[in-house]
Amino acid sequence: MFNQPISRRESIKRIAGFSAAAAAWSWPSIAIPGQGASGRVVVVGGGFGGATAAKYLKRMAPELAVTLVEPNTRYITCPFTNLYLGGIRSFESLWHSYDELRQRYDVEVIHELATDVDVDGHTVELASGTRLAWDRLILSPGIDIRWNELDGYDEAAAEKAPHAWKPGDQSRLLRQQLAGMKQGGTFVLVAPDNPFRCPPGPYERVSMVAHYLKNHNPSAKVLLLDAKDGFSKQGLFMQGWAEHYGDMIEWVSRSNDGTVIRVDADRLEVETEFGMIHAADVLNVVPPQKAGFIADRAGVTDASGWVPVRPDTFASALVDDVYVIGDATQAAPMPKSGFIASTQGKVAARAIAAELTGRVLLPEPSWANTCYSLIAPEHGISIVGVYEVYNGQLREVPDSGGVSPMGADPLFRQLEAEYARGWYAAITQDVWGTPAS
Amino acid sequence: MRKIGIFAFSIPVLASALFWWSSGPAHSDPQWVDSEVEVIAGDVSAEELFEARVEVIAMSCAACHGTDGRLRTAIPAIAGRPEALLNLQLQSFKQDRVPGATVMPRIARAYSEEELQGLAAYFAALDP
Ligand SMILES: Cc1cc2nc3c(=O)[nH]c(=O)nc-3n(C[C@H](O)[C@H](O)[C@H](O)COP(=O)(O)OP(=O)(O)OC[C@H]3O[C@@H](n4cnc5c(N)ncnc54)[C@H](O)[C@@H]3O)c2cc1C
Repeated sequence: MFNQPISRRESIKRIAGFSAAAAAWSWPSIAIPGQGASGRVVVVGGGFGGATAAKYLKRMAPELAVTLVEPNTRYITCPFTNLYLGGIRSFESLWHSYDELRQRYDVEVIHELATDVDVDGHTVELASGTRLAWDRLILSPGIDIRWNELDGYDEAAAEKAPHAWKPGDQSRLLRQQLAGMKQGGTFVLVAPDNPFRCPPGPYERVSMVAHYLKNHNPSAKVLLLDAKDGFSKQGLFMQGWAEHYGDMIEWVSRSNDGTVIRVDADRLEVETEFGMIHAADVLNVVPPQKAGFIADRAGVTDASGWVPVRPDTFASALVDDVYVIGDATQAAPMPKSGFIASTQGKVAARAIAAELTGRVLLPEPSWANTCYSLIAPEHGISIVGVYEVYNGQLREVPDSGGVSPMGADPLFRQLEAEYARGWYAAITQDVWGTPAS
Repeated sequence: MRKIGIFAFSIPVLASALFWWSSGPAHSDPQWVDSEVEVIAGDVSAEELFEARVEVIAMSCAACHGTDGRLRTAIPAIAGRPEALLNLQLQSFKQDRVPGATVMPRIARAYSEEELQGLAAYFAALDP
């Protein structure tokens, strides 16, 4: 059946996923693209993935009706939260609005929590009881925390030992605690095992904390207790820590008994695998995570708590007509980053535009990611990954990507710090339309 | 008729459908898709597919260069710049011939010369 010429519509159908063959076998649950689809797309979550998908859907197919469901009227980024902790960025500079999506792209934005998904009826239920109908659903709910997976770490504990891994009040709390820490005190960061949101995040965080302490509390210590034996951009981070902060930061790997198994938030103490107790003056716990709960409600998660997706489009591997992007997905070797969540949103939007309009062509996809981290205000490092589908799996394009070179000169590090700030301005413009300041 | 390797779910599609039919849609194993299909293009021309591929790659560029490559920060805007210049820069990044370059060589190496040429033409054609 591959030897006959196919029409444009056929190619789109095939690209969109088996529809041609499915029609021949009267597979019931697959919509035939461009036929009878009325073009309603609901996006749940207005973060990096969801806001991008909504905007790019309207850019590619303005005739689609796109509704974005997001409880918060402003989005606060996790990226650059660490700079805020380090005292080199204001909290307000992390805020973004949904004005561009509404006004320029005609996206309907509803500020509510989605509470349930009926995949057979193709509806989403909101906290108010409203039901929204969709032809295609995109979920980009980010992460939820697995409370109590780490013994003693529940929502009450997070008020004393913040995670600050979802933005907002938690970041403010941690900032206050850091600023109020006693002279010569110890800041303890507990880092989780993979997979988790933002692989370089804990290491950028201790860098920015050390930057703050160096200026305000130079006899303080930073202890990083890690459930892993290695981490993203490790060589570059460790070299930078030594260069800027001497021995202020101590990293304890899993093999050196870094894995924390219990948290006592009242006493600000943690216990490690082999029974060591560490006392903290400020305790920052980055806890184990899973996909946002709405993914569970839609039945798209598997036993891991994350969402398996078809690699080419990020359609759910389990449920038809539902696409999932961002941190909620299992997309290794892609990291859980805002950059890749946004890129995934663009490719998924393209796939949906192709399916629903029959006019947009979906070629071989490509996803890029660049994660910058600041070790000091003028010392930036980066990791690049460009991804493709090969034999039905995501992989990094061979001989591409990688991290900044070791031993680069200060100008190179300074340039990457400037580019990190440029990246933040660009991605927040691209996703939320925030004007560069 | 031209043979075009495009991206799609493959294997004989028929066999997959049968597999699906017999096993039901409970596939935790992502191996069930295979993306190396060869489709013979009818009214989808090679040019159209190539253009689509360039558009998809270009969407990634926006995350650092702004929507449509128009934002100017420490990272330069790329929309509306001369095609020959953009192409020279991209090919030079790919060949690692730009001293002091930071992320661009690592990115450009992921794409073919033709794709980079296509990106240069794409951004050159946009209003600055
Ligand atoms: C400290 C730190 C630093 C980071 N730095 C970087 C960086 O430099 N670069 C980078 O690329 N990434 C960085 N990240 C990672 C980045 O924040 C995430 O990868 C990104 O936010 C993922 O996007 P998302 O769309 O999956 O989820 P999110 O951006 O978290 O968006 C999810 C949205 O969905 C909403 N939502 C959830 N459930 C529902 C529901 N049921 N109904 C309606 N709405 C719902 C939430 O309110 C939220 O707005 C960092 C993360 C941290 C913690």
